Amino acid sequence: MGTFFAVLTDNWHDFARGFGATIRLFLIAGVASLVGGTLLGAMRVSPIPALRAFGATYVNLIRNTPLTLVFAFMVFAVPKLGVNIDYLPSALVALSVYTAAFVCEVVRSGVNTVPNGQAEAARALGMGFGQVLGHVVLPQALRAMVAPMVSVFIAMLKNTTIAAGFSVFEAGAIPEYLSERGENRFAVLVWITIGFLVIIVPLALLQRSMENRLRVVR
Amino acid sequence: MSVLYDLPGPRARRRNAVIGVLSTAGIAALVAWIVYRFWETGQFEAIKWEQFQYEAVQREILAGLGNTLKAAGLAAVLASLLAVLLAAGRLSDRAVLRAPATTVVEFFRAVPLLILIFFGYYVPLQFGWHIDTLWALVLGLTLYNGAVLAEILRAGINAVPRGQSEAASSLGLRKAQLLRLVLLPQAFRAMLPALVSQFVVLLKDTALGFIVTYPELLWVGKQIGGRLAFDVPYVPAYLVIGAIYVSICGALSVFAWWLRKRLR
Amino acid sequence: MRIKQVAAVVALAALAIAPAACGKEGTPTPSTPGGGGAAPVSDACVDTGLTNTPATPTITGSPTYDKAKTAGKIVIGVKFDQPNLGYKDTQGKRCGFDIEIARLLASKLGFDESKIEYKEIPSANRETEIKGGGIDYYVGTYSITDKRKADVSFAGPYFIAGQDLLVRKDDTAITGKETLQGKKVCSVTGSTPIQRVRDEKLTDAANISEFKTYSECVSQLLDGKTDAVTTDDAILKGYAAQRPDKLKVVGKPFSTEKYGIGLAHDDKALRDFINDTLDAAFKDGTWQKIYDATLGKSGSPATAPPLERY
Repeated sequence: MGTFFAVLTDNWHDFARGFGATIRLFLIAGVASLVGGTLLGAMRVSPIPALRAFGATYVNLIRNTPLTLVFAFMVFAVPKLGVNIDYLPSALVALSVYTAAFVCEVVRSGVNTVPNGQAEAARALGMGFGQVLGHVVLPQALRAMVAPMVSVFIAMLKNTTIAAGFSVFEAGAIPEYLSERGENRFAVLVWITIGFLVIIVPLALLQRSMENRLRVVR
Repeated sequence: MSVLYDLPGPRARRRNAVIGVLSTAGIAALVAWIVYRFWETGQFEAIKWEQFQYEAVQREILAGLGNTLKAAGLAAVLASLLAVLLAAGRLSDRAVLRAPATTVVEFFRAVPLLILIFFGYYVPLQFGWHIDTLWALVLGLTLYNGAVLAEILRAGINAVPRGQSEAASSLGLRKAQLLRLVLLPQAFRAMLPALVSQFVVLLKDTALGFIVTYPELLWVGKQIGGRLAFDVPYVPAYLVIGAIYVSICGALSVFAWWLRKRLR
Repeated sequence: MRIKQVAAVVALAALAIAPAACGKEGTPTPSTPGGGGAAPVSDACVDTGLTNTPATPTITGSPTYDKAKTAGKIVIGVKFDQPNLGYKDTQGKRCGFDIEIARLLASKLGFDESKIEYKEIPSANRETEIKGGGIDYYVGTYSITDKRKADVSFAGPYFIAGQDLLVRKDDTAITGKETLQGKKVCSVTGSTPIQRVRDEKLTDAANISEFKTYSECVSQLLDGKTDAVTTDDAILKGYAAQRPDKLKVVGKPFSTEKYGIGLAHDDKALRDFINDTLDAAFKDGTWQKIYDATLGKSGSPATAPPLERY
């Protein structure tokens, strides 16, 4: 039992660095994918066929590709385009590009839950686009969007571990590092699991409580 | 006409047309630039694509695809069984069944799949059990997807209007019959998109098998791309592998759409 | 919209399968790249001309040997992606220095080629596989360290390698570990060579990149995203021998890695037998023949190391 804790205390520096990187990846990619995904969602519901087609192609392509492949493209294909990008930014872009597709779908289905009649009535009252969006559509759409959005972000938090295979030192890289130093593999894995539980369970509980509070009886 | 946009009038139509033309031109330019840069840096050079002409390499790819489908199929079946079990626990009236089911579901949803697969391989090893990499991958996939599918099942069943279950119980149906005869058939159609989307995720997650060197499709792609004798053709290899993934995942989604139409 | 999606999926699938309609037989052999320089060495495993006739040994007290004899086959852990060291070509043929040593040992143990089962084990799982009995012995750039001796035992060493650097052919700036400052270095995640680079501060931490396989590092090297790949010189020479027109190994090895045969921890009988076999191979020139046919093709010489029995 003593050695079990020793695995954590001896290598605290690596654990802290790894999880710190995980959280940083999550926050930055989270914001970026939120913005990107909302833009994409806007494109998919827009009245312009070209943008709708682009949005649909993007989402279908990305959602059917493993995240590892997206990472691999960022790290191996993008340099060939002459774009010089470091590994951490590559990881952020890959994560954001991937998650944005899922955010887009959540936004789109959220907006689609608002009955058309609401918007028609609002427009009949003379409200402009911004007012319809801000006063009528978004408040209702957000209720439907919140729970699946948190799911998407929890999934992204776990997906950050894939960055470990592409030269980013974060939580997923810890097993290899420590096993090379001869630490007990099993103990290392348990500590990493505990780390992730500590980060994710609060988010999951938050999702549940929001789900309960925002539930609408139809 | 949709929620956000009204039918376009003449000014909106002109504006939409302009934006449409500009965005098409922009996207076309981006794609053209990417293809050009790839060509310039020799990604379309014959030597990088040579491997694919050979039967041996094609068989490698097919073997990888077979392994991917095998792992995905096994995991899908086992995860579904686990999901039914967990969902039943979650929906149970008895708290003694609900609490552990909830904990299990939340636990497996919180642990990254990468770590679960690691566990799937190393835990049996601690007990001296030598487990095949396929089963380590399937174990990890089953645990994670079982939990997620359980949640989808629960949400789907809870979405059926309450009147249905009330009417059924007033007719004297017990909980199990209620589930089987009334709730599941109605819930199933509504849940189908979410279920299929999760199966697509499962299929893609087999790509994490490289952690335990299970020779699935992405791993094969890495091998093909890593061959120095052919100029380390990672980009062509990943393009081909990507195309295969998009095809099979896309096929799965199309199958689901067809299934949905048939159930209508 | 759905029809378009179906059409897109079908088109994409056709694109992916089209090359299969015309499949060439045989081992892929790359043609000369259009751009000058020497032609790359073929990917195929060439016949080394080394033959091994199975012996009939008498080994007592080795649980591993008894298990293999009862099973009628011997399971050897190897690498498969290290050119000229432990490599498997697209036809499935295996070749390389480590593979030949493995074959030699198997034949002396009484198993001919058809009775050998090769298992590809990644570095991190070597101890667990040996301890778990999944493999009978391991030959694959397995460095002898005291920490590992707690879990497994080693016969040999059968080769002395050292950490070194692989750079682009036209790179004159890097000549050894002293010239690494400010340069980018790549290796496998968490491996000993990259930890040494980090600990000895041979370059800034920001210049260090790590991937899952050496091939990815070599790809980054050829793309110019990193300036050197570091690991054991044996592995690097294997890569350089495949593309001598684009890569070279520079500098003197700045560490000592003793490659040993990984065995079960308590199997002294097998360990002694393998050590005797290796000793005989060193003395009668077999080892040298094996080296010349594989790693020796990179142009660097080597001599058999002294055995460390225990």
